[in-house]
Amino acid sequence: MLYYTLKRLLLAIVVAITVSFVTFMLLRLSGDPAMALAGENATPKEIELIRQQYGLDRPIIIQYVNWARRALGGDFGESPYFNQPVKKIIGGRLATTMTLGGCALAFAICLAVPMGVLASIRPNTWIDRVALTISVLGQAMPSFFFGLILIIIFGVMLRWLPISGSSTWRHFILPAIALGYYATPAIMRLTRSGMLEVLASDYIRTARAKGLKAGVVLFKHALRNAIIPVVSLLAVQFGFMLGGSLVIETIFAINGVGFLGYESISRADLPMVQAIVLLVSMFYVVLTFFSDLLNAFLDPRIRVT
Amino acid sequence: MVEQAIGEIKEIEFPSPGQILRQRTLSHKGFMIGAIVLILIFAMALLAPVLSPHDPYHQELSKRMINPIWHADGTWEHPLGTDNLGRDYLSRLMYGARISLLIGVSAMVISGIIGIFLGVIAGYFGGRVDMFVSFLITTRLSMPVVLVALAVVALVGGSLNVIIWVLGLLIWDRFAVVMRSSTQQLRSIDYVNAAKAIGCSTTRILLTEVMPNILNSLIVIATLEIAHAILLEAALSFLGMGIQPPLPSWGLMISEGKEFMLFSPWIITIPGVVLSLLILSINLMGDGIRDITAPEGRS
Amino acid sequence: MSILLEVQGLHVEIPLAAGILKAVRNVSFSVVRGKTHALVGESGCGKSLTALAIMNLLPQSAIRCCERLSFDGQDLASTNERHMADIRGNKIAMIFQEPMTSLNPCYTIGNQMQEALLRHRRVTRKEALDRAVFLLEKVGITAAESRLKQYPHQLSGGLRQRVMIAMGLMCGPPLIIADEPTTALDVTIQAQILSLLKDLQEEFDMGMILITHDLGIVARVADRVSVMYCGQVVETGDVTQIFENPLHPYTQGLMDCIPIPGKTQPGEHLGSIPGMVPTPIGDMTGCIFRNRCSFVSKACAESGVALQEISTGRTYQCLLSPEVCAQNLRGGVSI
Repeated sequence: MLYYTLKRLLLAIVVAITVSFVTFMLLRLSGDPAMALAGENATPKEIELIRQQYGLDRPIIIQYVNWARRALGGDFGESPYFNQPVKKIIGGRLATTMTLGGCALAFAICLAVPMGVLASIRPNTWIDRVALTISVLGQAMPSFFFGLILIIIFGVMLRWLPISGSSTWRHFILPAIALGYYATPAIMRLTRSGMLEVLASDYIRTARAKGLKAGVVLFKHALRNAIIPVVSLLAVQFGFMLGGSLVIETIFAINGVGFLGYESISRADLPMVQAIVLLVSMFYVVLTFFSDLLNAFLDPRIRVT
Repeated sequence: MVEQAIGEIKEIEFPSPGQILRQRTLSHKGFMIGAIVLILIFAMALLAPVLSPHDPYHQELSKRMINPIWHADGTWEHPLGTDNLGRDYLSRLMYGARISLLIGVSAMVISGIIGIFLGVIAGYFGGRVDMFVSFLITTRLSMPVVLVALAVVALVGGSLNVIIWVLGLLIWDRFAVVMRSSTQQLRSIDYVNAAKAIGCSTTRILLTEVMPNILNSLIVIATLEIAHAILLEAALSFLGMGIQPPLPSWGLMISEGKEFMLFSPWIITIPGVVLSLLILSINLMGDGIRDITAPEGRS
Repeated sequence: MSILLEVQGLHVEIPLAAGILKAVRNVSFSVVRGKTHALVGESGCGKSLTALAIMNLLPQSAIRCCERLSFDGQDLASTNERHMADIRGNKIAMIFQEPMTSLNPCYTIGNQMQEALLRHRRVTRKEALDRAVFLLEKVGITAAESRLKQYPHQLSGGLRQRVMIAMGLMCGPPLIIADEPTTALDVTIQAQILSLLKDLQEEFDMGMILITHDLGIVARVADRVSVMYCGQVVETGDVTQIFENPLHPYTQGLMDCIPIPGKTQPGEHLGSIPGMVPTPIGDMTGCIFRNRCSFVSKACAESGVALQEISTGRTYQCLLSPEVCAQNLRGGVSI
């Protein structure tokens, strides 16, 4: 088990380094950062000044190494927009985004897993069809459109919930639903198909032949096996939510990292953008790592390999 | 001693594979609905220059924000109303279909080429090549697509070409994963070995046993990635970093209509609903193909 | 000699796209305490479905009906699911064919064995554990306590099957149904498992239904035999009667297929039954075996091929008289 963990850890580290390198390159090479920073009306001389000031005239590899070295220590440079260290600005917003992501995931699980289980024990009945229909419709609507609809219905027409800002817990309800519903179909389908497969397996037949009660068979035996791939999916979906929170935060004016990312991109605040992209990527890497570990922990068969 | 004229025990007739396929396809409600809607939208896109009542770029500021036909003051001249610049919404909707479909299919093709190539070499050669490709896939999966696409497009500029290429270069992972596992399975699959054992040549095996199985998964993934690309483009355009005005991207239309949505909700619901319908129909078809061609696990 | 299980007129039908599959037709037999009744036949002849029908574990689409299905005086046909669950594992235990996949990979052996007992008896976990250890040792597994902490994938196929047997015995059931318990195992292990089952049956005075396609196993273990073909019982009798004097043409054909040490000469052709098993869909009048039978006649296609009973418990389903059948026989098998 230890060996397995170390192997995955090493892989995670290498991937993290590569991702940081790739994203750094992408951003630096997509355009001239100096021009973007200087603004539209800058003269060539001003651009050149900025280039030197930010060390953008050095070879790209050196730039990356310098940036990476500082990033490891938590120093992502200073935001030309805020005139403050990037670290400080992001730090303040991180908790908000994590909360939003967590709520969204919780919503998705509470909706998707029971639906999936229900659909699997009554396949091809109306329950199954309703669940599948909801999942199909859910995946067809873009999250930003769904968010806007939620705002119109619950915020404006019914006036039940606030639609902007992130001051109280109520402010998180609509955004969490808008962010979480997109993961619901995937989770529900995986639960359903996993349960269907598991329910047809020999050890479930054994459990029934032992006379175990239906609930025990369903939850202790079936779900325990079927949920293993779902847990891995959950970890990955959480990562997507962190990345996709950008759109939702922007619509609902939630002061999180996603909204900050969007604004920074519009302002060409390069140090900030780089830091945010790196941060989210690192989360993905960490989450994938944990998802692998969870998989091994939940399935005794994997621990041996 | 066998006597004559014993009663024959009738042999059961099972239908042929082609008949089964056709019957399944036609009776699969999801697939049929998806196919019909998709064909309608595709026709709308294709025939937009012929069918659309007005020029989608033509602004008439005196006719701004006219309500659609189901409102009291709607008019048949603009059945879906006009936007804040007086442009006919129906025409913009129809032309928007072209953009969505164009981007969706193009990005899918690019990502498909990359993904299939990577997946096949990984599955076929195994060893170091496989390790490297798996590593590439993991790296790609660790990158937040929306963020990166947003940043790149913002810096480079939001033209149609840029968007297609950026999306194509970012969404190849599912192709690669599926092709890799399919190719891997091929090398040691029982029925390939069994076919070899009765003397079939490798080519014949590839064509008759292997290709059909890969093809099914490929088609399903291809449809899903078209939908994926369309959704991404809509999100990018909605955020203002994708298709630039005055092009009629549906995401852009929703974004432009956002500030008026509280008074005239139709201005975002119309493009939103059509966008959802397009994605829905593509997903239904993809799921339908998966169901129809799956060898087991069918309802 | 008390009758433990009585099955009469059992039918199982499965609706398919091509029609209704009459997988089990008019199956009747009974099981007595302390004796083994074997259901023997080719793959697909409906023996496993018969067992599942008794336990009411058929797939959801299957339909079961019977004249009489009683266990220890209780009518199983009218027992609802909740009460049936009380009987399963408790009064009737079932052992399946695939030991590799019949245990839940996520729980230890001990956990799965304990829950079998805890479900039906008010005992403490410790008491359940002790019983598990006792039974594991009974089935020949050493170091039982440490085995209980292991997961199924850490055991070999033979060991897993022994665990399955031990698990089936946790509640001391009077009836065990063993569905091809040794088919998935190595030949060397097969013999061990079979003699284990026989010993356990004697020790605990259990009735056993043994389902198999292997006549060798039947000869070794069974007391009574029902030969099944395409969903029907074609012949029933004591094991010596069936082997020494098979009456039904199908049974005779089966006996022809096996080589007999001492009798079969080297180079001698073994028998085979020409043709293929038909699919039991649609019209079922007449004898089901007639398209492969060497002694077929016109009358075989008409309905009313009645069950002939030549003595108590000795029946076969053919129009030919017992004397003609005996003549047709090339020479029985003495066991």
